[in-house]
Amino acid sequence: MKNLVYILYFICLISNAKTITVGKSYPVKTIKQALTLANDGDTVLVTTGIYKEGNILIHKKIAFLGKNFPTLDGQNKFEVLSVAADSVVIKGFKIINSGHAALDDPCGIKVYDRSFVRIENNILDNNFFGIYLQNSKNGVVKNNTIKAYGKQEQLIGNGIHCWKSDNLQIIGNKISGHRDGIYFEFVTQSVIWRNISNYNIRYGLHFMFSNDDSYITNVFKGNGAGVAVMFTKNVKMFNNYFEENWGDSAYGLLLKEIADSYIFNNHFKRNTSGIYMEGTSRIKVEKNVFEANGWGMKIQASCMENEVVHNNYIGNTFDISTNGSLVLNTFNSNYWDKYEGYDLNKDGIGDVPYHPLSLFAVLTESNPSSMLLYRSFMITLLDKSEKVLPSITPDNFVDNTPLMKQLRL
Amino acid sequence: MNRIIKIILLDILKNKIVLAYTLILAALSWSSFVLEDNSAKGLLTILNVILFTVPLVSILFATIYLYNSTEFIELLLSQPIKRRKIWTGLFLGLSLSMVLAFGIGAGIPLLINAPDSVGFMMIIVGCLISVIFVALAFLSSILTRDKAKGIGIAIMTWLFFALLFDGIVLFLLFQLADYPIEHAMVAMTALSPIDLARIQILMHLDVSAMMGYTGAIFQDFFGTAVGLVISFLLLCLWAIIPFFISLKKFNQKDL
Repeated sequence: MKNLVYILYFICLISNAKTITVGKSYPVKTIKQALTLANDGDTVLVTTGIYKEGNILIHKKIAFLGKNFPTLDGQNKFEVLSVAADSVVIKGFKIINSGHAALDDPCGIKVYDRSFVRIENNILDNNFFGIYLQNSKNGVVKNNTIKAYGKQEQLIGNGIHCWKSDNLQIIGNKISGHRDGIYFEFVTQSVIWRNISNYNIRYGLHFMFSNDDSYITNVFKGNGAGVAVMFTKNVKMFNNYFEENWGDSAYGLLLKEIADSYIFNNHFKRNTSGIYMEGTSRIKVEKNVFEANGWGMKIQASCMENEVVHNNYIGNTFDISTNGSLVLNTFNSNYWDKYEGYDLNKDGIGDVPYHPLSLFAVLTESNPSSMLLYRSFMITLLDKSEKVLPSITPDNFVDNTPLMKQLRL
Repeated sequence: MNRIIKIILLDILKNKIVLAYTLILAALSWSSFVLEDNSAKGLLTILNVILFTVPLVSILFATIYLYNSTEFIELLLSQPIKRRKIWTGLFLGLSLSMVLAFGIGAGIPLLINAPDSVGFMMIIVGCLISVIFVALAFLSSILTRDKAKGIGIAIMTWLFFALLFDGIVLFLLFQLADYPIEHAMVAMTALSPIDLARIQILMHLDVSAMMGYTGAIFQDFFGTAVGLVISFLLLCLWAIIPFFISLKKFNQKDL
């Protein structure tokens, strides 16, 4: 009986909610006017047109919907949309030309300390920051297209910037031309799923101090420096594609000071370095594909207790390199296309252990210029003799059970 | 001159050694593409062939051929033909046959299995290397009348460029590691045709790794159109200069 009363009360509330339509041919001409008229629970429906109203502040729990992508223009001066209410829905807008300023970071859409905000199906073009979630919980950012035309790192903000938040869902967005495609700082318990973050100036995805997150099935291609995950623990990285991140300090995936994470079934293709690890510990790298990279993995000597198992290394210039002689990680049961051993008992596991670290990888690490001599006969000769009798390369850098056939991944 | 080229070309094509060379090249190239599971590894085998076998065969065969045809050259000299024409005719005939052998032996499998920039680059570079080492053979055979000595010089030349030069570069790299020598090293590669050829192919084959820090310096030079043109010009110079020196010597030589 009590429940029924609640339901009735709720239905009354809904029926009370009204829809305010904004547009040239409607009584309400401007968005700001509609926002003053609206109450919590109302819907503001904006029809097609270009709205140049400076900064639009939403401070009521409303659904803010666009019909046929009305354009909100910040005229290169203002933050376009500011959200200062819980449970706001922003859907179907084209948001362009936010201001550019280094001090107060104007955004396409910014959420200030609010929860359950939903930002969906918007097009953001030429904004300083795209979508900024500041201290917000349970937010959803879904299917937005975010584009900017940054030339220099200092002169452009991030595509989706999340700071000190919790329980976010970043799903299906397309981001390009920003400084970092997606930026996470102090964000926990969140998921990044099915985004495409390409051709950003710095990182496709940038993680700092963000524990217990996962990112799944994203594509990061042609970003200035790839993807960085730093000072974090318990991150899950599944099914992502890291491609064509080229340059000296560009990495498919940069891991710095990470612990207890799991890297599973990702594809690293045509990067200068597939994965670069520094000060990472207890990470499991399993069933990934490293293909046609300059360096498949660079594991610095500061890494420990990492486990690299069941990966495919195909057509990399160097499969693995390191900067010291200390090896505290294990590399077992991987497929290495450079493996030249045999398998007499036909169990699919090579009978001769494989040393994935080539002499020349060590040489180039200490003297990068020697790259000039790569593939010369002299170097090939040195490499072969080193493989037979390791003297410079650490002899415990070894895969004891190399696979004969590549894994189907 | 055309008739001299024709005579020499026909003579060489009848030669069983060149036929064997073509067949061996073909066997190596085809097997490396068919046996390896990805074409990148096949390309590597052919790269080694280009950097190792092609120079050796070109320089040795050309030197020996020149010594063996001393009598034929003397016979030609007794005719009213200019010395320049005879020597150039010999050079063109020999180069053409080596290029032909390389083109049929390695070029066709490359075109079929790797018809991209790497494949084309390898064919062009392989042909150039053939011509360069024929030119070096002309130089080494004109330096001495003694056949054994001449062949010795040819082998030493090959050994120097294929092995010793890289050893010297490696040594210098590590001795001078504290200095900014990257640009000097780029200049140094101009001193060896095999290195020039290798780096050109590398720029296409290992593009991901070459984009690293020093790679970027090399990429800035070798990867650009200007660098490409310069290194091809340098390769052409490597063919032209030794030949012209030998031509000058041949013109003045008392036979």
